[in-house]
Amino acid sequence: MGMEGERAGGGSANEEEDSAEQVVNPWEVSSSGGKIDYDKLIDKFGCQRLDPSLLDRVQRLTGRPPHVFLRRNVFFAHRDFTEILDAYERGEKFYLYTGRGPSSEALHLGHLVPFMFTKYLQDAFKVPLVIQLTDDEKFLWKDLSVEESQRLARENAKDIIACGFDISKTFIFSDFDYVGGAFYKNMAQVAKCVTLNKVRGIFGFTGEDHIGKVSFPPVQAVPSFPSSFPHLFTGKNDLRCLIPCAIDQDPYFRMTRDVAPRIGYHKPALIESSFFPALQGETGKMSASDPNSAIYVTDSVKDIKNKINKHAFSGGQDSIEKQRLYGANLEVDIPVKYLSFFLEDDAELECIKKEYGSGRMLTGEVKQRLADVLIETVERHRRARAAVSEEMVDAFMAIRPLPHMFD
Amino acid sequence: MGSTKEQLLDRLQELQIEFSKYEHDVVLTVEAQAKYVGHLGGALSKNLFLKDKKHRFYIVSALATTKVDLKVLSARLGLGKGGLRMAPEEALGEILKVPLGCVTPFAVINESARHVSLLLDQGFKTQERCFFHPLSNEMSIALNVSDLDKFLKSIGREPLYVDLEANPSVGKDQPPDLATFVPSDSVALPDLSEEAAIPIIAENKPKAATAKAIKPSKNVQSVKDKSTNGVYPSSSLRDAEKFVEEILDKTSALLLSKITEDTIKQHREQLGAVVGDSIRKHLSSELKMLAIMYKNTAYTEGFCAGTKMGNSRR
Repeated sequence: MGMEGERAGGGSANEEEDSAEQVVNPWEVSSSGGKIDYDKLIDKFGCQRLDPSLLDRVQRLTGRPPHVFLRRNVFFAHRDFTEILDAYERGEKFYLYTGRGPSSEALHLGHLVPFMFTKYLQDAFKVPLVIQLTDDEKFLWKDLSVEESQRLARENAKDIIACGFDISKTFIFSDFDYVGGAFYKNMAQVAKCVTLNKVRGIFGFTGEDHIGKVSFPPVQAVPSFPSSFPHLFTGKNDLRCLIPCAIDQDPYFRMTRDVAPRIGYHKPALIESSFFPALQGETGKMSASDPNSAIYVTDSVKDIKNKINKHAFSGGQDSIEKQRLYGANLEVDIPVKYLSFFLEDDAELECIKKEYGSGRMLTGEVKQRLADVLIETVERHRRARAAVSEEMVDAFMAIRPLPHMFD
Repeated sequence: MGSTKEQLLDRLQELQIEFSKYEHDVVLTVEAQAKYVGHLGGALSKNLFLKDKKHRFYIVSALATTKVDLKVLSARLGLGKGGLRMAPEEALGEILKVPLGCVTPFAVINESARHVSLLLDQGFKTQERCFFHPLSNEMSIALNVSDLDKFLKSIGREPLYVDLEANPSVGKDQPPDLATFVPSDSVALPDLSEEAAIPIIAENKPKAATAKAIKPSKNVQSVKDKSTNGVYPSSSLRDAEKFVEEILDKTSALLLSKITEDTIKQHREQLGAVVGDSIRKHLSSELKMLAIMYKNTAYTEGFCAGTKMGNSRR
């Protein structure tokens, strides 16, 4: 019996597709065809496209314009988001769950995308949020000691907090600190419902993989269940969960959704984003190991300008004359793609696309504009980060009730 | 409103920077300062506040023993001969928010000094501790220069050290080696030229064939830059009055930049509504972020107090 929506034969990480082979799972994102085909991905995974009417509905329900990532199709797919909205309309709240695998100290803009969007969701719907730092996962998969992965988790927590989450509605936890008690009970329940063959199929585990990896998936699954957080949601076993994440995390939650009804919980809903392209082009997602593939939140103004000028893949023509004649190829142009993430003004973006695509605007000008926008974003983040103290991290991570989480 | 010595010292403590502080009578010169702290085993610094012909400002902070030749520095910055001179007294108060005789690298903590370029003597690195004024000339603090770096980084500044005594030749084939220190933005003082109302944002070099539609929003974005660039001094996240002052500072800066002869002519009676919208558009997310950080800071304070109480009860 296949999992919901998956094509017969499973949607496993290693399955061959007809033309270009795409591999999209939490540990690998690549496509032999170069660009990721999102339509194919949605089809293969079995999730839904977010259509414009949903955006209108969000606007009506929240009383504010939809986030730029929704308007620009960055968050483009979902599972059961309509159910969440239906319930919300009836007065039934939900909570948000997102997370980060703290594999490196250096965060880049791509890492901030899900958090920026989650902050918007928290503010717009006025709902609580749990943020999971999977330090255990990074310990199990990478060459890190336990202490180092815990330290990275705390450092990453500061950047996450700097995105502007409301401490009276947000609980951040690291697996090494929090797993146990009710959380662990749920983990055991999930684990009992998923066979070894299943996880091999979903995640591509082999007989050579150590058992830490094989037994990890329940850890990422159970924050979707309110009973995992007795200090927050006692008596609210019926509370729904919405998970904003990048689409490569879908396998975890396909598994979770399969198990949920069997143990008496709502299936968590998902709202999924596409990948933030690397500076060098759309062949995959940014990699923390290549500093020139991304703009880091610690980059100086000079670094940012340099990276954009030297490394951002341009869709513009080779020469000014050619550019004026033919215009730029917006499909592959990275600066325009980045602007679509970070330039809030829809009208200005449209104008840039038109002028650049027709050749009236030059690559250098687009890159300059992008530099201004990213510098401002990074600056703002840095200032907010400077205001996060160790005590604030402790407070966000403390196991405490959040009496005003729905206010 | 500039930062005070207390705010600075609080900040240093928060950053866990070790420093020694010495109070003394007001001193206006290095010689006078030496009388009080010269024997205490730290290197004295001399600090110059300079300005070039294009109203750009520089702080040159050096060991008292380093020879600083303004003509050489001017050439190395690409300002030609005699391009640098001492900044006028009003600028000290307006931009650095410090009194006479009190120029110090710490002055860059002030929002008003964000476009001031800071040149640090690499000689500082050879010293165990160096003396600087902490925004007041009734006190000197001694700290290791790596801690000064820590402070500068915490306010978003990259500490850059220069061999101030070097005298490389500058010519056609040898570009000025300190050209990167020239600020991209000039700072307009209220009593200077009439362009003072809107600072010249040099980033927006006029581009030949850019579509007209882009220009206005580009300017608008840059003005937003002007009012949002800088630091959240941590004191405004703890102190309600300072918090409000910061919001009002940002808002009025934006307001002032939006009301010009041109915009008055353009919008007439509608100017109020136009400016109102503009303020909302540009400041909304910045101020919301400031507010959430204020809230988080207050919550954290309460949380810490509560946990200490809980611990002491056991």
